[in-house]
Amino acid sequence: MALAPAITDIEQLKSHPALARLLEWNTLAVKAAKFDRDELTLWVEKGLIREACAILRDNPPCPFNYLCDVTAVDWFPSQPRFEVVYHLLSLPKKERVRIKARLEDASPVIESVTSVWPAANYFEREVFDLFGIRFTGHPRLERILMPDNWEGHPLRKDYPVEGYR
Amino acid sequence: MAKLSCASCRRSATSTYQQVVPLTDRIDYLCPMTNNLAYCLAVEKLLGLEIPPKAQWMRVMMNELTRINSHLVWLGTHAMDLGAMTVFLYCFREREDILRLFEMVSGQRMMSSYFRIGGLALEPPLGFFEKVKSFADRFPGNVDEYEGLLTGNPIFLMRVKGVAHLSMEDAIAMGATGPTLRGSGVDIDLRRDAPYSGYENFKFKVPVSDGGDVWARYLCRVQELRESIGIVQQALAGMPEGPTKADAPKVVLPDREKMKTQMEALIYHFKIITEGFTVPAGEVYQAVESPRGEMGYYVVSDGTAKPYRVHMRAPSYANLQVLAKMCEGGLIADVIAAIGSIDVVVGDIDR
Repeated sequence: MALAPAITDIEQLKSHPALARLLEWNTLAVKAAKFDRDELTLWVEKGLIREACAILRDNPPCPFNYLCDVTAVDWFPSQPRFEVVYHLLSLPKKERVRIKARLEDASPVIESVTSVWPAANYFEREVFDLFGIRFTGHPRLERILMPDNWEGHPLRKDYPVEGYR
Repeated sequence: MAKLSCASCRRSATSTYQQVVPLTDRIDYLCPMTNNLAYCLAVEKLLGLEIPPKAQWMRVMMNELTRINSHLVWLGTHAMDLGAMTVFLYCFREREDILRLFEMVSGQRMMSSYFRIGGLALEPPLGFFEKVKSFADRFPGNVDEYEGLLTGNPIFLMRVKGVAHLSMEDAIAMGATGPTLRGSGVDIDLRRDAPYSGYENFKFKVPVSDGGDVWARYLCRVQELRESIGIVQQALAGMPEGPTKADAPKVVLPDREKMKTQMEALIYHFKIITEGFTVPAGEVYQAVESPRGEMGYYVVSDGTAKPYRVHMRAPSYANLQVLAKMCEGGLIADVIAAIGSIDVVVGDIDR
């Protein structure tokens, strides 16, 4: 089974409910889109992430009402260094979409989506703990897996595999 | 312990693709094969590999046995937490039979690593299907036995009915998953709604209960035991013939016999063992229905032989944050029942 080439043209992907709704709301919200291996990825402007998530959650024909996961990828040393990744699921329509926001290295900060889905609470704490990305508006942004006095963020690519000695 | 907390994710990025499979066993140690399956499916999707039907059916069958195995541990310990000792002994008796089946196919009782990228590690041995058949035939009677001890037991009912209530809205917003979500009346099961590994060929019901309490979650899981054994029966009846590994010499290790007689097989074996195989750049989120809910593997490839990032979306982690909401306004003693009802595995929380 050969892999089909990825589609990156926004025009061709407009029929997907998530992309259609976001473009209808704000044409500048989606910076790029990719349809690869049957999965749709949307790169959303980082300043609009919370509003974009709220729009997708309350999208009547296909509400993405369930937040599966929040995580991050560190692309060190390339820039922008971090990508925060949200996986959304529509429980009524069983559709999935992946939302991404790119963050610069100097001060990785993004708005929390806990006000949209309370489920984001632990996931964002985990991302903060392991990547050092701050979520503004999070009710309790503290370490969750590592001890409180831990130094550094272990899943960053410049963190030594054996830990600091 | 703290250092372990992100060890699986971190180690994944320094191992080759096939070296990650044994790590996945240890994440949710009560359902190792479900972890194997989610990871293998994710990498196979990245590679664009087609898996032969027999391997798919074996995966479904083993996966359902794993679900029964995991639910038996849940049922036994949950009942024991609430003061019923006998159920624990009965559950572990049947669990032992399943672990023997696992040992038969993979040589391991718990950390089986039986699913590999491209298929199965080994052909099922002679006499294996007969053993599964005899287990599947007697197991519904065992479920009757557990239900006889608990479902009508007034002491048990007092501890679980109306306890740790979770509304449907809260369950969705807080990210509850699996039987915890279905116990609050949300009808979703990824095996039926987003079929993987050939689940579309099997007929089964998805138990949903809208009570939202510990009792509703108990009913969902006990019904799932019966549905799972039905899937095992169907898999046994329709098990296809053929190979259990994909025809992809650069990814799948060759048979021992071929390796000793064919030059190419020996070269591929050497290459796979020493360097691994490269995977085209891209990313995949593969979710499967584990006994605890949606288990998702997010694998990012940068085109090399090592995964750039492996992230596990753990159902126990998602369910754990619902616990506080469930227990609001209840008794401290009921927290025990609530913890049992969300069925958390600490290895899954602390990946």
